[in-house]
Amino acid sequence: MSGQGGQDAKFFQRGKIQEFRAELEAAESKDKKYTKRKTVLKKIVANITMGNDMSPLFTDVVQCLGTPLLEIKKMVYLFLVCYGRQKADQLHLVIPSFLQDCNDRNPLVRALAIRTMSYIPTPVVIEALTEQLRHCLKDRDPYVRKTAAICVAKLYAADPRKAEKGGFVEMLRDLLLDSNATVVANAVAALSEIGDRQDGVIFKLNLTVANKLLTALERHSDAEMIAERVVAQLNHANSAVVLTAIKILLYLMNYMENRRLMEYICKKMGPPLVTLLSSGPEVQYVALRNILLIIQRRPAVLKNDVKVFFCKYNDPIYVKLAKLEIMYRLAREENAREVLAELQEYASEVDVDFVRKAVRSIGRLAIKVQPAADACIQALLDLIETKVSYVVQEAVIVIKDVFRRYPGKYEGIIPKLCEHLDLLDEPESKAAMVWIIGQFANRIDNADELMDDLTYTFLEEPNEVQLALLTAAVKLFIYKPHSDTTKALVHKVLKWTTEEVDNPDLRDRGFMYWRMLAINPTVAGEIVLAEKPPITTDADRMDRGALDQLLLHTGTLGSIYHKNPETFIRGATGKALTDSPALNPLSRQVLVPVARTNLPPTTIKIPGPGPPEPTKSDPTSQHLVDTDFPVPSGQNGAASSAAVDLMTTGSSSRSSPEDGDEDDDAVPQASASDPYAALDSAFGGYLADEPRPQNRDLLDMI
Amino acid sequence: MISGFFIFNQKGEVLISRLYRTDLKRSIADVFRIQVVSNSDVRSPIITLGSTSFFHVRINNLYIVAVTKCNANAALVFEFCYRFISIAKSYFGKVDEEAVKNNFVLIYELIDEIIDFGYPQNSEADTLKTYITTESVVSTSIAAEESSKITTQATGSTSWRRGDVKYKKNEAFVDVVETVNLSMSAKGTILRADVDGHILMRAYLSGTPECKFGLNDKLVIDKNERGAGGDAVELDDCRFHQCVRLDEFDSTRTISFIPPDGEFELMRYRSTSNIKLPLRIIPTVNEIGTTQVTYVITVKTNFNNKLSATNVIVRIPTPLNTTSVDCKVPLGKAKYVPAENVVVWKIPRIQGGQEVTFSGTAKLTSTTHRQVWARPPIDVDFQVLMFTASGLIVRFLKVFEKSNYHSVKWVRYLTKASGTYQVRITVSEKIAP
Repeated sequence: MSGQGGQDAKFFQRGKIQEFRAELEAAESKDKKYTKRKTVLKKIVANITMGNDMSPLFTDVVQCLGTPLLEIKKMVYLFLVCYGRQKADQLHLVIPSFLQDCNDRNPLVRALAIRTMSYIPTPVVIEALTEQLRHCLKDRDPYVRKTAAICVAKLYAADPRKAEKGGFVEMLRDLLLDSNATVVANAVAALSEIGDRQDGVIFKLNLTVANKLLTALERHSDAEMIAERVVAQLNHANSAVVLTAIKILLYLMNYMENRRLMEYICKKMGPPLVTLLSSGPEVQYVALRNILLIIQRRPAVLKNDVKVFFCKYNDPIYVKLAKLEIMYRLAREENAREVLAELQEYASEVDVDFVRKAVRSIGRLAIKVQPAADACIQALLDLIETKVSYVVQEAVIVIKDVFRRYPGKYEGIIPKLCEHLDLLDEPESKAAMVWIIGQFANRIDNADELMDDLTYTFLEEPNEVQLALLTAAVKLFIYKPHSDTTKALVHKVLKWTTEEVDNPDLRDRGFMYWRMLAINPTVAGEIVLAEKPPITTDADRMDRGALDQLLLHTGTLGSIYHKNPETFIRGATGKALTDSPALNPLSRQVLVPVARTNLPPTTIKIPGPGPPEPTKSDPTSQHLVDTDFPVPSGQNGAASSAAVDLMTTGSSSRSSPEDGDEDDDAVPQASASDPYAALDSAFGGYLADEPRPQNRDLLDMI
Repeated sequence: MISGFFIFNQKGEVLISRLYRTDLKRSIADVFRIQVVSNSDVRSPIITLGSTSFFHVRINNLYIVAVTKCNANAALVFEFCYRFISIAKSYFGKVDEEAVKNNFVLIYELIDEIIDFGYPQNSEADTLKTYITTESVVSTSIAAEESSKITTQATGSTSWRRGDVKYKKNEAFVDVVETVNLSMSAKGTILRADVDGHILMRAYLSGTPECKFGLNDKLVIDKNERGAGGDAVELDDCRFHQCVRLDEFDSTRTISFIPPDGEFELMRYRSTSNIKLPLRIIPTVNEIGTTQVTYVITVKTNFNNKLSATNVIVRIPTPLNTTSVDCKVPLGKAKYVPAENVVVWKIPRIQGGQEVTFSGTAKLTSTTHRQVWARPPIDVDFQVLMFTASGLIVRFLKVFEKSNYHSVKWVRYLTKASGTYQVRITVSEKIAP
């Protein structure tokens, strides 16, 4: 390859098949150092990259395999990986060369050969590979073995039944006892990949790492012992390892009873999580989305650290939004003042979306922390004074909920809101304002005038606003039954809704009000103006069962979208806590097993590695759990996460909400201090940051 | 895991494209180009469409992209992208479009090695360089034994170090680099102040040296285990290079390790207590009518007068409708940069214990509608040599090796800020005289 700071940019030019073919032919003679061939191949690789179809050159390129240069071999292999499947009929040409490499003296070449072959899943190649792979899995060189382990996963992906029949899964399992940690790590990765497939083998490996860990969880003290070992990994430099260690700890805590140890672990988890915030913004984002889950399940974590989530001016927007949500979650009476000051600062920034969410958060803070409500309301009023349209609209939306939270306390500010009626042009804010006018029509002198103005464009309004207008008109009439204007108004609106509107909800509601008013206006009044139930909001936090389940996906995409992966990724399997004698009894009450669909007709049972298991205290497996457990030692986080996957998939079950078990969490917020937990209903499931996977079909967009 | 890896340039052209799994087609690159590169409002580093997720990291106008079709470990994928960038830096110095194009064949070779079927493999640049070289290699010429050595290292328990390293002079350089993050309110209250510390080591040591590393005597590494007294240096958290034995650290608090050869980051830590802020900024900003904004900004250095802060750059935000700014400074140079709406005040060097003041007036054009000025904070960049804001000090570095050679150790300290040392401003309004 060209020297330090290569000069290959010149090859990035579109070329024609004919030219390359001619150049390759010319290179066959007088090419002592193979420089000519190297040059042509580089051009071809560049063209592949640019999306130029180079497959017609297949036979010509394959000719180059005869050259002894490793660099040329690698380029030809790259070509084969790209076009091998298209040219399946010609692949037999390269098999001899592959086979020769598989038996090369150089372990790097052997590994390269099986790695490349396994990337070309066509029958001819797979046929040749299976035989070689058998040898390579037992190669004396660990580098070849670790490559072979992954090859089994590739083989399984291409042809599961062949891999099973060939006994490769068993051979892979045997690698779990390999003396080399890298080999073990790759074997774990490969096994967990196979196990994650919906049609994959269900692991019932009596003595493997996986099952040893599960059986190890028979007693609380076992979970505690493992946790103590995992805690050390919280100091690892790789954020994936840290998050995976946290995942394991959170999982194990479901099986512990030693409260002091659990408190200790919670304390230990905080600082590494905060440290993740000094990584690159992308990792920060992953960390923040996970923190949001963790603090809901274990509120002791980061309880006093709200300050570290204050936004920096130059944070990317996705980091800011994620921080905003965490700030709200961590807000309490003690820190409400600081949080509010920050939110006010954000409300004057430039990004519209961020500003809106900051304003909303101020309202939510008022609702969550009663002693801070006064200051929050004042802040909202100040913001309304700015007359910036989107700020005012957001403020109106939250103030509506503040009224419902503290009835009879802040109605004095209604005139201020009414001054800015004309700034409201979005359905949500308009509907909120209309609700306020209707609900407090008895306190607003000119409510009938306002309503008259608002209904002027009734038929053009969105449904949300029409519904609000309808209810408000009825309320107004009930408050002031003797006024001619209100009578005319309610009549007009009822007539529109029942005769001119297509929306069935609106029409039905119209008929309902009409009949109520016609039959008995007094009773109608009692019903329409009945005392509103306080917005109980215990669901502000996600329910326990859902959280437990999501936290089994800590660090993964599922934890970012706060969705179980099986709900948005095709072919993903769900996970749930595994039942065992050590599982907290309260959690067990509500266990629901995760269903696996598309099971293969028969499940395959594979006995454990090594000698057939005598008793539980088998020396080999003991050794695995105690010393060589590959999770922590791996330098690439893959191994760690893979191991956990093994622990949690399969014959599992889920816990769910009401167990309210021993937990720290159940105590602090849920009840008295925050009656508003179930804010979901109030805000329509509003979250500061709600990234979502999109359900569009990819093909439509290409 | 990772199904495909791509590098795009700013125009959305594919510079590198490698698929690891058959569940993707090459044309997936077009989706990324449409959804991210040509989208002016990208609000997440992760985009999921259907079951396909795109993870991207930007560097020098390049997009490093990993694509997955499963519930991938997001932290792992991003760590991998960062690691790719650092390997690329170590191989060819910088990572930009030109470098990628000039080394594309090498990059293909690298990414074939560091990911297999989507699973990250050994990604230690030092080890990779032993078998993925920039020199032409004739396959028969590599002795099989030589390769065995390489493979043992690539998979061994100290995959980060070759066994046969030899130096005439055995030296180790330790750099303690601290980045101070400050966010101060306009009234001078500290909203947050913390230190991100990195201990970088360049080890040029022969054989397989066993190192022990010691920090301040009064060091509290876990804030929860108090008891060292008020003036102790407290670290909230620390993370170590994979060579450090974590179990030993966990039980006895000793940092012992066999270092990689050459440069690496030994330790990263974070501290939030007893932070010594090297610079103090005192801003006064007044709006006079609608046509002028006046600034008086004082910078005080807060350390021993034998030390000095260098490369100090103060960025003072100006309203969007500023036409010109009159600047007066006793030290350095100040200039209005209209494109960024800031006055940049550069001071090459300030001694400890000194105080300098910027005064200036921004003239504004009258605009028909008032543009919202978000009042960004004042931002200060600087470097102070031989100073640590956390107070952390390296007490010793011991090297033990079979051959018992003598080794020389050097320690340097640097405290710096870049883009993270910020003081918010409030603008008080005054009526024009």
